Formats: sequence, C-alpha cells, structure tokens
Amino acid sequence: MHLPLTSQIINLLAALLLLLSFSMLTQRRILSLINLFALQGLTLTLAILVVAWSTGQHHLYYSAALTFVLKVLVLPGVLHRLIRKLNVKWDVETLINIPTTMLVGIALVILAFNVALPISQLAGTIAKSTLGIALACVLLAFLTMITRSKAVPQVIGFLAMENGLVFAATSATYGMPMVVEFGIALDVMVGMVILGVFFFQIRERFESLDIRHLEKMKDE
Amino acid sequence: MPGALQLILGVILAWLALGLAGVFYPRNLYLVSRVLFPAGALGALALAAAALSALGGVTQSVVLPLGLPELPFHLRLDALSAFFLLLLGTVTAGISVFAAGYFRQGEGTAPGLQCLYYHVFIASMALVLLADDAYAFMVFWETMALSSYFLVTSDHAKAEIRRAGFLYILIAHIGAIGILLCFGLLHGTGDYTFDTMRAVQLAPLWATIAFALALFGFGAKAGMLPLHVWLPEAHPAAPSPVSALMSAVMLKTAIYGLLRVLFDLLHTQVWWWGVVILVLGLATALYGVVFSAVQTDMKRLLAYSSIENIGFILIGVGLTVTFQAYGMRALAALALTATLYHCINHAYFKSLLFLATGSVLHATHERALGKLGGLIHRMPWVAWLALIGTLAIAGLPPLNGFVSEWLLLQAFLFTPNLPQPYLNMLIPVAAAAVALAAALAGYVMVKFYGVVFLGQPREPSLATARDAGIWERIGLVWLAGGCLGLGLAPVWVIGVIDSVSGQLLGKTLGASATGWMFLTPISPDRASYAPLLFLLVILGVWALTWLAVRRFYHGQMHRAPPWDCGFEAQTARMQDTAEGFGQPIRQVFEPFFRMQRELPTPLDAKPRYRVSVEDHLWYWLYLPIVKFTQTISRVVTLLQRGRISVYLTYSFVTLLVLLLFVR
Repeated sequence: MHLPLTSQIINLLAALLLLLSFSMLTQRRILSLINLFALQGLTLTLAILVVAWSTGQHHLYYSAALTFVLKVLVLPGVLHRLIRKLNVKWDVETLINIPTTMLVGIALVILAFNVALPISQLAGTIAKSTLGIALACVLLAFLTMITRSKAVPQVIGFLAMENGLVFAATSATYGMPMVVEFGIALDVMVGMVILGVFFFQIRERFESLDIRHLEKMKDE
Repeated sequence: MPGALQLILGVILAWLALGLAGVFYPRNLYLVSRVLFPAGALGALALAAAALSALGGVTQSVVLPLGLPELPFHLRLDALSAFFLLLLGTVTAGISVFAAGYFRQGEGTAPGLQCLYYHVFIASMALVLLADDAYAFMVFWETMALSSYFLVTSDHAKAEIRRAGFLYILIAHIGAIGILLCFGLLHGTGDYTFDTMRAVQLAPLWATIAFALALFGFGAKAGMLPLHVWLPEAHPAAPSPVSALMSAVMLKTAIYGLLRVLFDLLHTQVWWWGVVILVLGLATALYGVVFSAVQTDMKRLLAYSSIENIGFILIGVGLTVTFQAYGMRALAALALTATLYHCINHAYFKSLLFLATGSVLHATHERALGKLGGLIHRMPWVAWLALIGTLAIAGLPPLNGFVSEWLLLQAFLFTPNLPQPYLNMLIPVAAAAVALAAALAGYVMVKFYGVVFLGQPREPSLATARDAGIWERIGLVWLAGGCLGLGLAPVWVIGVIDSVSGQLLGKTLGASATGWMFLTPISPDRASYAPLLFLLVILGVWALTWLAVRRFYHGQMHRAPPWDCGFEAQTARMQDTAEGFGQPIRQVFEPFFRMQRELPTPLDAKPRYRVSVEDHLWYWLYLPIVKFTQTISRVVTLLQRGRISVYLTYSFVTLLVLLLFVR
C-alpha cells in the first residue's frame, strides 16, 4: 500500500504516542513520568503541525502552539517544581503489578481499535486511521490514573488523557473549534492549580501524598 | 365594601404580622400572651364571620401577585372552603385565647417563636383551604406541615419528642408525595389550576389511580389506618393548644382535601371507591377506639380518640361517594351532612378536651392517668367544662356529638336496596360496627373523665393543683359553648352545611322543612329529633327529682361514715385505675394488641405490675419497611469504598461499556 509521505509521518508519530502511553503506564519513577509526559506533548505538537501543514488548516497552527507551550513547557515545569517542593521524586508503587497492567493495556488497545473502526471509516480526514490510536491513548492514560496510588502520577495520568483527546480531535475532525480548545486549555491550567493546592493540603493533613489515607475519610 | 375573600386575606396578613411581632420580642411573655394571642383570636373571629357571610353567596376568586413567574397563586372562596374556614375561625378563636394563658417562659421554645409558628400554622391552614391551584396548595400544605413540626418539637430537648417530630414530618412528606402525584394526574396536559382539573376527563383507570393517591396522601395527614402511627406520638409531644389545633383543624384540612378532590376535581365517582373508604374508615374507627381504651396517658388516649373520629368521618365520606355514584342524591346529601357535621363537632369537643388536659398538665405536671384523680374539687372550672366535652364526644344528647352520630346512623339505616347485593349485606354490618365504636367511645370517655377528675387524688402532690387562669377559662367556655350550641341548634347548622352539599352534590338535605324545632333528615314519620325538647325534658326530670328529694327526704338525712367494706382505712390506691378500667377491653380485643405483661408473684415483697401495649402494625408494616430501606442503603454503601482508584474504575468501566454499546 502506498501512502503519501505526510500520512506516513503522522502514522509514525501516532505509533510513538502509543508507545509513550505504554511507557507511562509502566514507569515507576515520578521524574521520568513527567519527562515522558513532556515528550508525549512534543510528539503531539509535531503531529498537529504535520496535519496542519499537509491540509492547510491555519487554526491547527495555533492549536499546536498552545499544546507546545502548555504541555511541553508550562505543565512539566510546574510538575517539576511541585515534586521538588513536595520531595517525592522516588519510585511509586503501582496498585497492580506492571506485567498485568501491560496485558490489560494491550486488551484496551485492541478494544479501542475495534471501537474506532466504524468512526474512522466515516471520517474523511488525512489522519483518520490514527483515531484508534488516539482512543487507545485515552484509555491507557485512564488506566494509568487507576493503577497509581500517589496523587502526582494520577494527575499526570489525567493530563495525558487530555493529550489523547486532543489527538483524537485532530485526527477525526482536524481539531476542535478554537474556542473549545482554549476552554480545555484553561480547564487544564485551573485543574492543575487546584490539584497543586490539594497536594499541599493532603500532605499537611496526612504527612504523605498517598491517597490511600483518604480512605479513612469515608463516612461509615 | 371589600368582599369576604379580601377580608379573609386581611386576617391572614394580620396573623403573619402578629407572628413576626413575636420574633422581634421572643422573650417578652407579656406582649405575646396579652396582646398577640388575643389579637389573633379576634382575627379568627373576623375570619369566621367573613366565611359565614360567604357561605350562601357567590364564589369569589383572586389571583395573588405571588409565586413563580407565569405561575401565580390562585385563590378561591366557595361554599366548601367557607365551611372549613368557619370551622377554622371559630375553633381557633377559642384555642388562641386559651394559648394566651398557656404558653410560659422556660417551656421549650421561647414564647415569641411559638407565637410565630402558631400564627404561620393557622395562616397556612387558611390558605390551604383557599388555594385554587395545585402549586399554591402544595406550597401552603408543606408550610402547614413544617410550621406544625416546629410546634410539635417545641420541647426539643427531649429525645422522644424529637423522635415523634421526625415520625410526623416523615409521614407528612410521604403523604405530600401522594397528593403531588395525584395533582399531576388530574391536571392532564393543561396548567395546574383547579379549573383546568375540573375540565379534564380522565379515563376510569387513571381516575382510580388519582383517587388512590389522594386517599393515600390525605389519609396520611388525617391519620387513616395504616398511616396513623404519627398521630399518637405527635399529639402528646406537642403543647396542648397545638395538639388541640392539630387534632381539631389540621386533620380536617385533610378531609377538606379529600372532599375537594373527590367531589370537585374528579368528574366521576365509582361505587367501590366509596366502599374502600368505608372499610378503611371502619377499621380506623374501631382500631382507634380500642386503642384509646387501653391508654394510660391522657393525651395519647385523646390522640387515639382522634383516630377513631377520623374513622367516623371517613365512613361518612365513603357512604357519600357510594350513594352519589348510584345517583341517590338525597342519601348522599344526608351522609355528607353527617360527615361535615362530625368534622365541626370533633373540632369543638376534641380541642376542648385537649385544652383541658393542658390545664391539668400545668396544674399537676402529670400526664399519666395513674397519678391523677379527684381534680374536680381542685379544678372545678376545668372539670365541669371538660364534662361537657366528655359527654359530647361520648355521643350523648343533647350535645353535639349525638347529632352527627345519629345522622350517620340514619344514613346507614335508611339505605334502600342498593344495586349491589354484597353491598346490601355490608351496610348493616358496617352500621353495627359504627354503633360498637360509638359505644366504646362512651366507655373510653367514662374512663378518661372518671380517672382524671373523679374519685380521690392518687398522689399527695395533687392537693396543690390550682384551677385554670382567666384566659384559659375563656377559651374553654367558648369551646364548651360551641358544643352546646351545635347540639341544640342542628337545624341551623344543617342550613349552613346545605350550601356545601348544594355545591358538591347538587342536592341539599333541607332538614328545616318541618320547622326550626325538629330535625327530620328524611321524613317526619321516619325519625326526628328535637334537642331543645330533649333538654327541656332532662331539665324537667332533674328538677322534679330534686324537688322530690328536697321534699320527702329533707330532714330525714343524717350523716354517717360510709361503709368501708371491712377495710379499716381506705386509701386512694384502692380506686379503680386506668389500667384496671381498660382491662376488660384489653381482654376482649386481645388480638388487636401486642402486649407484654409482667405479673408479680404472690410472694413478692415489693410487687410490681407492668403492662405495655403496642401496635401490631408498627411491627408488621413499618419495621419491615425500615429494615428493607436499611438493607438497600447498606448495599449501596458497598459502592462507596473511599478509594479514588475504585471510583476511577467505576467511570472507566462505564466508559468501556458505553463504547461497546454505542458501537
């Protein structure tokens, strides 16, 4: 099968995204997790740029710029500062062991491809074949959130999920309207600020960021 | 010249203003008891006068600029509303005057706040009676429930009073849901005014469901079996004027609602609806009277007696529905007249008795029948006025209770052959049950009056009991006068009720055909009743006896110590007790009760006898519901693990399932 070059590049970047999602799922160290997140953001930016260049959609350039500033520069920076302040650079334990997580992740990817198949046949975009990968990224990020017991990796999982969403939007419909994209970006920023406050509150209360302590707050 | 409706609205506004005045001076007992409550009583009289003037007149309606946008409050004053407003106004006047002397400092809620709740309560009841759309009705109905909840729990430091209040508000809300759903069915597709509901023609199935919902909702408020459990808890918990108001007026608003839905909003009646109400009413009446016979707390006794009277009223409603469904309008009018008459009678004598128990409670600080007795010597005013109420509730002529029970029995006895053979068999049985309940009510009242007021004081502290103050006396005299007047002038009262029957059934009883002296519900050769003649005969016999005794035994009397049955010293403890007096009933109707008895052995040095009588229904119906609810909540709590990862898994799984389904 012969594909144009841009399509091939997009597929390559999509594969990279999926790979990064898997590595985030298996990564134990918070510091590396943040770096992987930044790398994922960079890959996403490149993918959007390629789509924008090949289709001539101007608003995708803004979208790429927004992604770059937010996901590659600002949020990783904030997270780095956070873990320095909270002093939680070391390994984190996952709730389920890593091989099991990997197997579940593979099952999820298969599911995502199956689900995305009818939708990507409807879409007429250049990157339509990558919709399954985008959905898989979302699900894997969700799984990352579930399997972590510390607060910071959960937040990173949440942010990675947002990455997957942006990629899905780009590949299915050439991105969301600018207003929506700005809104999401703002949400992510605000969410980050609130979660940062929560980190400090949780640590002050329990002397630890392990959210298992929160179980005690359940109303019996 | 403002219309009657405007005058009534003015009174309601004045009541709310009085309540607010109480809030600003919550601790000022003098202001509350000498100014606010008497002023409220005057307002109640004005309201009653306005309602009376509106009874024969045309229907008035007004749209208030209140409520939600596009959904204003509609009010309407027709004969049915006016009759119940008349009841509310006259009875409340007496209770308010009594309350002026009753509320004191240091008994639970501050007097000023009591004044607020009290006046909001009566104002909301009046507005419920006036409401002409479902929205206004529900708002006022809930206001009524909430304000009375705060009145019930005025002594909220006690745990059992809080529990009683909770039970009350719970059942009130469950009932309100029924009413709300009923209105939801009735309004069809139009707006929520009662005018729309009158025009809607429901299919028979939906009409039946609406009827069942209305019966459930209003029955919960009225204390119909099996939704009665709140009543014997809430009435004793509340201060006496509040118990009086709840029993006398609030229960009647439920009857009003039932009548409004059955005869005004629903366009049709089905004969077996009447049978359902009749059977439930019979069960309620018997159940209430049997339970009131075994009570040992005077306010609980009266509360169960209220259940019994509500049963009588429901029986009347049921008969009316059945007769109306078969097109027997004259009999329907007779049954409705008996119903409404009993409503107003019960309002008078029950509030009189509740207020009397309030006076006794204040004088002795004692509610248990076993510790009272002989109070007629210490509290002659209260005792003699309570005697009038007791005789009235026992259904003795020439007082008012007799008239309505007589009318109800007439409605039973003059039943011609109904088209249903089973119904024809049921009616005499029901009549017998009504007679049984009425007789037992007499027994209960002998117990109540005899144990509280007659005999010897059972406790030494009763010697210091003092009679009621002047305000309380005025209130009691007003209500006792009402009992007498309603008993002596039935023809006039029925003339008032006729305008309601005319509105609801299109047919009046017309009892005054043979003159103001005789009450002849059907025809003079069947049965008639002349209370004034009756009173004259009683007075004549009494006077003759008195004269004969004076003439023939005068001078032949000599005083000697009474025969002491061989006991050297008789003490007050040898009198018949409340438990002892109720014992035969407890034996005869044993299956009704869930009884626990501890009998002492003959060798016991300090014998103690203890008996507790509880309600089967509480164990058969209510506790299983409670257990079921708890089980369900326990299952639901399993979802709540307190772990974020578990919560995330929930949404993750939901997402996956949705993805699979949408595909």
